[in-house]
Amino acid sequence: MPANRFNGFSEYGIGIGLRAPHYNHILTRKPVCDWFEIISENFMIDGGRPLHILDQILEQYKVVQHGVSMYFGSAEKPNREHLRRLRELVKRTRTPWLSDHLCWGSVDGRYTHDLLPMPYTFEAAKITAQKIGEVRDFLEVPVAVENVSSYAEFHVSEMTEWEFLNEVVERADCGILLDVNNIYVSSQNHNFNPFDYINSVPAERVAQIHIAGHSKYRKYILDTHDHPVIDPVWKLYERAIRRVGHTATLLEWDDSIPSFQEVHDEALKANRFLSSTLLAAAV
Amino acid sequence: MKLKTLQRTMARAVMQPLTRSERMRQTAPNGKPMRSYAARFVKPNDRLTSFERLEIYNRQYWFRLLSSMIEDFPGLRAALGGRRFEEMCKAYITDCPSRSFTLRNLGARLESWLRKHPKWAGAKQALALDIARLEWADIEAFDGKAVPALRPEHLAGTTEARLRLKLQPYVQLLSLKYPVDDLLLEVRKDDEDTDFASNAFQEKRKRKRVQAVAKLKPAPIFLAVHRIDYSVYFRRIEPEEFAILSALRAGEPLGKAVGAGLRKTAIPLDQRAASVQQWFQNWAALGWFCHL
Repeated sequence: MPANRFNGFSEYGIGIGLRAPHYNHILTRKPVCDWFEIISENFMIDGGRPLHILDQILEQYKVVQHGVSMYFGSAEKPNREHLRRLRELVKRTRTPWLSDHLCWGSVDGRYTHDLLPMPYTFEAAKITAQKIGEVRDFLEVPVAVENVSSYAEFHVSEMTEWEFLNEVVERADCGILLDVNNIYVSSQNHNFNPFDYINSVPAERVAQIHIAGHSKYRKYILDTHDHPVIDPVWKLYERAIRRVGHTATLLEWDDSIPSFQEVHDEALKANRFLSSTLLAAAV
Repeated sequence: MKLKTLQRTMARAVMQPLTRSERMRQTAPNGKPMRSYAARFVKPNDRLTSFERLEIYNRQYWFRLLSSMIEDFPGLRAALGGRRFEEMCKAYITDCPSRSFTLRNLGARLESWLRKHPKWAGAKQALALDIARLEWADIEAFDGKAVPALRPEHLAGTTEARLRLKLQPYVQLLSLKYPVDDLLLEVRKDDEDTDFASNAFQEKRKRKRVQAVAKLKPAPIFLAVHRIDYSVYFRRIEPEEFAILSALRAGEPLGKAVGAGLRKTAIPLDQRAASVQQWFQNWAALGWFCHL
């Protein structure tokens, strides 16, 4: 499936997260890379080096914004200062779409700076969808919501996570940033079949896909973004690509970050699956 | 349970300080056992109890916020010692939880909080306050706003009495009791070096750092924390410079600002004009003045 309205009808290939240890390599060597994803909050500032670097990157590369603290699922109104700064950044980057997480993380104006899991209730879906709509209308850019890794479930939940995701995106009429690593992590932590999740996602709404590595502990898995992608996650990616078609894909690597080349090479492994869908489409 | 109630209930547990062994407390914020508090809203699974699942988030919260404080205040950590610094941060974050969407602002209230809670720094209170102020000024100078620099044509048609010069928002002015700029530069140098050092070498560095802090004697300094080519620098300035720049920042007209700066000066009368001219020349060359 080609680009759609949820990613601004943009045809993007394989990107990686723009991270500080790679700035020098990128700016001096100018490596080929389809696109970079930035963490919006790192650039929602008034000036200085981060914005200077970003402007140089924008001159040569395509950039998409990804947020970590909009907290669509928090039961409070969006923070106006946050929205104002985000809109300024959207104008600067001209991001074709913008993503953040299907989670909550603040309450009564206090921030946890974590991606806390949602209770899968109809009330939560309604509140979340309303907030996504408000943010999209304010920013005037397509919004995609990302499924998070989680380590807890709630008694009050009335549906599965994927049913909740579908309920939210249908109500909000927004896109999905499908994180296949997060699906794998949550499937291990909550004992569900990750393919059930992938198979239920509305393919026409998938704006982007995330892949990443994680850390395995004795009783649970943590989404740490500090390892290569493991085979079971690549299998999920393969299934996702078969369902949704050639979709903008991004590798996240946020801790113990290796060289640019190593990260980019890991991301490019996605080509094995993307090229097969192109071939299938051609035939 | 309604969404807001669930989120308040969970946030209270997540933001509650950990035990000394970095585990979730056995007592919940409402004074009841945490096991029953967690079991009210978190489902257990075949491997983890409700308590253990909630604990993952409780620990992540504190690890993430403490890491951010350690990254932003390495000088204060060197002054207080690692353990005391972490205990102080826990108390600070408990009293002043983040109210910003970005962790960049987590330490914004540290200096004022520390002033009200002198027990954390003890005899080093004045030193600790100076370091906290400098480290926060460093953050502000790093990504503070820069506006177009002042050009001669902007001054056309303005009389001296009415002329108001505006400072770049990123320039931070500090009056400090200790020469903490040297200390902070030393600590940072250590941090860079220890990335590649052995454990024994790191221990030696740590001892050296503690000794450096212990030896630091009060010596009032005035600093401008500013940036050149996107890198932050600490520039020591004269008391008169500090007074003039502070008056300009407060919106005083040029003549009045210079007058305020020279009110208590010890500079001989015949050298004052040259000094003032040199200062303004330096500030202009550094791009500190901006267009109104």
